[in-house]
Amino acid sequence: MSENKSLIQEFVRVHGCGRNNLLPLLQEIVHQENFLSEEAVQAVADTLQIPASEVYGTATFYNYLDTEARGKYVIRLCRNISCMMQSQAEIVSAISLFLKIKVGETTSDKKFSLLQANCLGWCHKAPAMMINNEVYTELTPQKAVQIIKEYKEK
Amino acid sequence: MDTLNQKRIDLIFSNYTTSRYQVLERSLQRPPEDIINELMDAGLKGRGNVGFPTGMKWKFAKREESAEKYVICNANESETGTFKDREILERVPRKVLSGMAICGYCTGAKKGIIYLRYEYAYLKEQLQNELNIFHEHIKKFNLDFAIEIFLGGGSYVSGEESALIESMEGKRAEPRNKPPYPVISGLYGLPTVVNNVETFATAQVICAIGAEEFLKLGTVYSPGSKLFSISGDTIKPGIHELELGTTIEEVVNEFGDKNTKSVQVGGASGFCIPHRLFAETVIGYEGLTTGGSMIFFNNTRSMYKVLHEYLRFFAEESCGLCTPCRIGTQQLLLGIEAIKRGDRPAGYMDVLKKLALNMKTSAKCGLGQSVANPFISILENFKEEILY
Repeated sequence: MSENKSLIQEFVRVHGCGRNNLLPLLQEIVHQENFLSEEAVQAVADTLQIPASEVYGTATFYNYLDTEARGKYVIRLCRNISCMMQSQAEIVSAISLFLKIKVGETTSDKKFSLLQANCLGWCHKAPAMMINNEVYTELTPQKAVQIIKEYKEK
Repeated sequence: MDTLNQKRIDLIFSNYTTSRYQVLERSLQRPPEDIINELMDAGLKGRGNVGFPTGMKWKFAKREESAEKYVICNANESETGTFKDREILERVPRKVLSGMAICGYCTGAKKGIIYLRYEYAYLKEQLQNELNIFHEHIKKFNLDFAIEIFLGGGSYVSGEESALIESMEGKRAEPRNKPPYPVISGLYGLPTVVNNVETFATAQVICAIGAEEFLKLGTVYSPGSKLFSISGDTIKPGIHELELGTTIEEVVNEFGDKNTKSVQVGGASGFCIPHRLFAETVIGYEGLTTGGSMIFFNNTRSMYKVLHEYLRFFAEESCGLCTPCRIGTQQLLLGIEAIKRGDRPAGYMDVLKKLALNMKTSAKCGLGQSVANPFISILENFKEEILY
């Protein structure tokens, strides 16, 4: 919790405490801690002087501001139509089997979370996935598992 | 085939390395009214999805008396099947930045912001590097204009201009009631021009080649060309610039896999065009207005699954603010599932159709209003596939 506070204070010192900085600040916390804890939401609310419900309400609106604890690497598989047509489901099963988690879950070592996302903007190179901010396209089950293996060794 | 090859254009991605901000420098020598008139003469309309005349938007913003105004580049490209804006920002960012600066010059805005969707966060660094170069040039040109990047949070509805503005103000991306439109009261209540990435790039292109040259392309109602994002069952997936006024038939002949059953034009919020309408459907403002997403479906695809996926998408991405959209998207999804299972009779389709049409008139923003587009066009053309 104190880590949150120093991170928030440093951010506010550089960028100011206007409401327009709410999204960038929440993004920074997610970047550092993989999600927004209840404490983090409260600390942001206290610092920016806005109700915690507003901070929480804003955070939960956006797909990339997680309020649930996530692993160090968040895998997001595109699930929209073009990816679906290129056997996206097989990629999901392959990763799911390899990491032994279902969609929405996090591995016990807190290293990986597996999620599905709406259109990532790579339909011509479907299927696609993001791991944190990195994009991987033209996946096959083997290729996807190989990529995750490399992350595992990081 | 020959006729279509003539329709292949290369304006957006061409002449890049040779013209490092030269077009911008040249444009700044012209009176703003001149540029705005040229865009209006060229008939440039918004390349996102809506198709509002760009010159007119700039003119309205220019007219506003305010010391502070904003120029926002909408890079929240979230429509399913669209990826051209990402490619523009990656390959020809200078054209976009120039378009924004020209807009700033024309309207009197001194601040520009690129609302970059979170999914494209990987682009932020290279875009920032280009911005640094851009700002150096701007200084030399004596133009008071600065651009920054705002990273979105990941939400489809943020692409709606007023929702995008709410998001930049640090709130849930819930669309505002319009009027007032952003050109009058936008970011922080100040006059704001919001244009799509491709619109700014095309404005730069028009400044470079002139309206007369641009008007040689396309039709009377839809001058020029635009980018199309082609995916699905196609032999040439990718981004292709085509003259407006092209028919779906021509596009299918070129990109289809000889087995094309239908084409979804405009993504989830667009229309499904079945085989029998290919020849008569024109892509352009006189026919189908689109942001450029084209997804091809061949005979092996189930249109029930396609519709189901679109409805799931809408139910998830609805911001939940207005009842017609929040409840409507969920009920349409549950409705087609019930028909498929046989829990509801075929006649229930008419009830669902009525609901979709009701959303078209009663939903607050484009998201809820456009659910009827895929819903009715798929239902009417592929009724058996939904039923059995």
